[in-house]
Amino acid sequence: MNVGVIQFPGSNDELDAVWAVRHLGGEAQLVWHGASSLGDVDAVVLPGGFSYGDYLRCGAIARFAKVMPAVVDFARSGGPVLGICNGFQILCEAGLLPGALVRNEGLKFVCRPQPIRVERSISSLVDAGEGEVLVIPVKHGDGRYVASAELLRLLVAEGQVVFRYCDAQGRSTDDANPNGATGGIAGVCNEAGNVLGMMPHPEHAVDASVGFHSADGVAVIGGLLKRAVRA
Amino acid sequence: MTVAQAAALGLTEEEYQRIVETLRREPTAAELAMYGAMWSEHCSYKSSKIYLKTLPTEGPRIVMGPGESAGIIDIGDGLVAVFKLESHNHPSFVEPVQGAATGVGGIVRDIISAGARPVALLDPLRFGMPDEWAQRHLLGGVVAGISQYGNSIGIPTVGGEVKFDPCYRGNPLVNVMCIGIGEAAHVQRARAEGTGNVALLMGSKTGRDGIGGVSVLASRPFDAEAEAKRPSVQVGDPFTEKVVIEACLEIARRGLLVGLQDLGGAGLCCATSETASRGMVGLDLNLDAVPLREAGMEPFEILTSESQERMLAIVRPDDVEQALEICRTWGVLATPVARVKDGGNLTVTFHGEVVADVPARSLADEGPTYHRPAARPDWIDGLRASDPLSLDAPKDLGEALLELLGSPNVCSKRWVYQQYDSIVQHNTLEGPGGDAAVLRIEGTPRALAISTDGNGRWCQLDPRLGAQLAVAEAARNVACTGARPVAITNCLNFGNPEHPDVMWQFAEAVAGIGEACRALGTPVTGGNVSFYNQTGETQIHPTPVIGMVGVLEDASKRLGIGWPADHDVVLLGETRAELGGSEWAWVAHEHLGGTPPALDLDAERRLLELVATLTESSVIASAHDCSDGGLGVALSECAISSGVGAVIEPDRSLTPHVWLFSESASRIIVTAPHAKAVIEMAKAAGVPSIPLGRSGGARLEISGLLEVPVADLAAAFEGALPRLLS
Repeated sequence: MNVGVIQFPGSNDELDAVWAVRHLGGEAQLVWHGASSLGDVDAVVLPGGFSYGDYLRCGAIARFAKVMPAVVDFARSGGPVLGICNGFQILCEAGLLPGALVRNEGLKFVCRPQPIRVERSISSLVDAGEGEVLVIPVKHGDGRYVASAELLRLLVAEGQVVFRYCDAQGRSTDDANPNGATGGIAGVCNEAGNVLGMMPHPEHAVDASVGFHSADGVAVIGGLLKRAVRA
Repeated sequence: MTVAQAAALGLTEEEYQRIVETLRREPTAAELAMYGAMWSEHCSYKSSKIYLKTLPTEGPRIVMGPGESAGIIDIGDGLVAVFKLESHNHPSFVEPVQGAATGVGGIVRDIISAGARPVALLDPLRFGMPDEWAQRHLLGGVVAGISQYGNSIGIPTVGGEVKFDPCYRGNPLVNVMCIGIGEAAHVQRARAEGTGNVALLMGSKTGRDGIGGVSVLASRPFDAEAEAKRPSVQVGDPFTEKVVIEACLEIARRGLLVGLQDLGGAGLCCATSETASRGMVGLDLNLDAVPLREAGMEPFEILTSESQERMLAIVRPDDVEQALEICRTWGVLATPVARVKDGGNLTVTFHGEVVADVPARSLADEGPTYHRPAARPDWIDGLRASDPLSLDAPKDLGEALLELLGSPNVCSKRWVYQQYDSIVQHNTLEGPGGDAAVLRIEGTPRALAISTDGNGRWCQLDPRLGAQLAVAEAARNVACTGARPVAITNCLNFGNPEHPDVMWQFAEAVAGIGEACRALGTPVTGGNVSFYNQTGETQIHPTPVIGMVGVLEDASKRLGIGWPADHDVVLLGETRAELGGSEWAWVAHEHLGGTPPALDLDAERRLLELVATLTESSVIASAHDCSDGGLGVALSECAISSGVGAVIEPDRSLTPHVWLFSESASRIIVTAPHAKAVIEMAKAAGVPSIPLGRSGGARLEISGLLEVPVADLAAAFEGALPRLLS
């Protein structure tokens, strides 16, 4: 079982993702953005950061990276793919996930511990039950998930909304929404459930001694590892 | 060239004559610009170096002291920590977002120069009072600049300070500290060596931005034309910085480097002359090879441009191709621009002609030294005579405490640090909001503790004592995590050194830093001097900022400020009637006067050692420095942090408000299951201690003085800054 973490120039959390996988007993390696194949991997992580500087719309250049066709093939063949923050933005830009991510409503970067509620979804990457509240850090300036009303209805109906921002008790409130995301959506999956994008950073919540002192991200990184073993 | 042209570059007539004597001829236009930049106050430290030489710089853990890009200390297991604190005050006032952003970029490259990976940033900031729109605008811009740049390059911002005082109204302070970790075996020197070796210019193309930054912006007072200086501020490109970092570290890791230096103030001129001077060699620099952003740039512009995100790497001829290949992989532009030669001259050619040929040492190390007149100002006596002990006591101590908790200097700075990525690189054991930041040193059981501190008001009342107190508080903050303080860097923010009272403040403050660092065993590894922090006739309070680094041997024993429930609360140290320059006097009466709290450096050293011992023997459960706002604020912060109240007995020998808000130095609040063990160990260590009470419940009760729900304390503390800035 081996997780490939894509490294773009400007990626910042790629080593954190590698560390998190290894911390949970998995194997991980970096895959350079200029590679034309993924090599021998069982799962793919697109990490956080500012790929190519993200001076244009976030992820808009990364989707054209040489490695991306291989990522798309891997995803379409059912391989587990997790996009975190910038990785989520790239998956949306690449058309692997529905919707888009735009500037935070407050126009400021926000870094804080963030409770999210696990929704009833078809995602096969999450090792947590519906309604559970996980505390996972957010840190982004462009994390407001937007989708048309029609798409939103479809996503809910098909079980593609995986996480919503909430307060510590699991309630959706304006204060609990760090970026003004539509419906408080923090993470979505594709129609097959094997591709997950989320703004919060589970790789920064696998060891409670560091960061915001939560290990709730194990539900996602651990879930990815379990799924990778099955795949 | 004429004296008038020299004056336009900030050179005096004497300095011009000195150049002529050095060269035994009139300088060319390019040479004059080079001397103008390198002999500026910012680059040459001409007013400060006679004082800086007196600072202690040696110690068992010091690998490299002042003189290169950054200080280096041994942190065990073959690892070193590299750190430096620098100012970007004037650029940030002229253009807050880019000024602050490029301040971050500059200090990060200083750390890279030593071959270390930057692992943390801290930002000590000072502004005028936030009730003014312009100050809120400055604060918002500076924080946005730090946030945009620091977050984009993947380095966590883990601490710093934000303080407000009217004296910074026309001259905010934006200081940035960076710390990196590297392997002792791969420490890079910022020097050129080996005849025939090649200097590669890496990173951004060179443009007309930032020309005159060191001489026009950093080394002169501000005036009404400050806005016209905006073109002297550079624009940051964090993406290029990020890939330059990765390329430099990879070239270093592969052992391809002879030397490495960043391009900062005075650009290529500074990097080439300093590396050559340190290596005691010469350099042939070919300006035609320098990639330019625009055509038609003059030699002096190419030499002194402060375009950001550039590094100069010295490599052996056989390694050039391999270094260039690494740069290509990362998409970093890299070009051979100079070659090391014998002799000591920096020889610059442009369009096939020699446009400058000067001894590198004369630029980098043989600039003028000034013994500027220094005199104790008369006004200081009046200020010191006005003791706040005679001010009216508050009618309601609970309300006075809430007011203090909600005041700009004391309140939570969450609004600021929530805009910084504080957790990337997964080593942040303790981020912003505590006494000091704590970073795990991966692969070892140890951690680094880092704090920045400085109190301009105390330095205004007594610069020597104020500077000592800054060192002591920085050390205490580091000690409160359980770490032992090891070494400091500093950023000395002062007014116009041509004024004798400012020069006196500077001399006193440096003496104070030296005394404190000797007493506490924390040598000075380097730093930065920022003069000319004045606008019109208003000088800032002297503001030496200390960046302290400590090592915690067992990271798992790290302490926080929040106290657990059902623990005894003990005060280490003594509370005296000391309100001079205090936060309470300022908030309640807008009063600045009296003398700062007394400081016994031996007592401080015993206290620091005691806390380290209490931590190592797992006797205490929490520790918090008692500083701004005194015991009242410190006890509240312990309670807010854990959400647990306490019942506290006051010392009835002091007037209640004096006991509550006195800022006596060398005090730490600790908690333990039972006070007895703490009291006994304190006694054995020669540190005064007194049981204060016991934690528990949801209210902070100080018997007979006040009783406030912890939720109300938290609301005042957390709610203040968002409200002040909205």
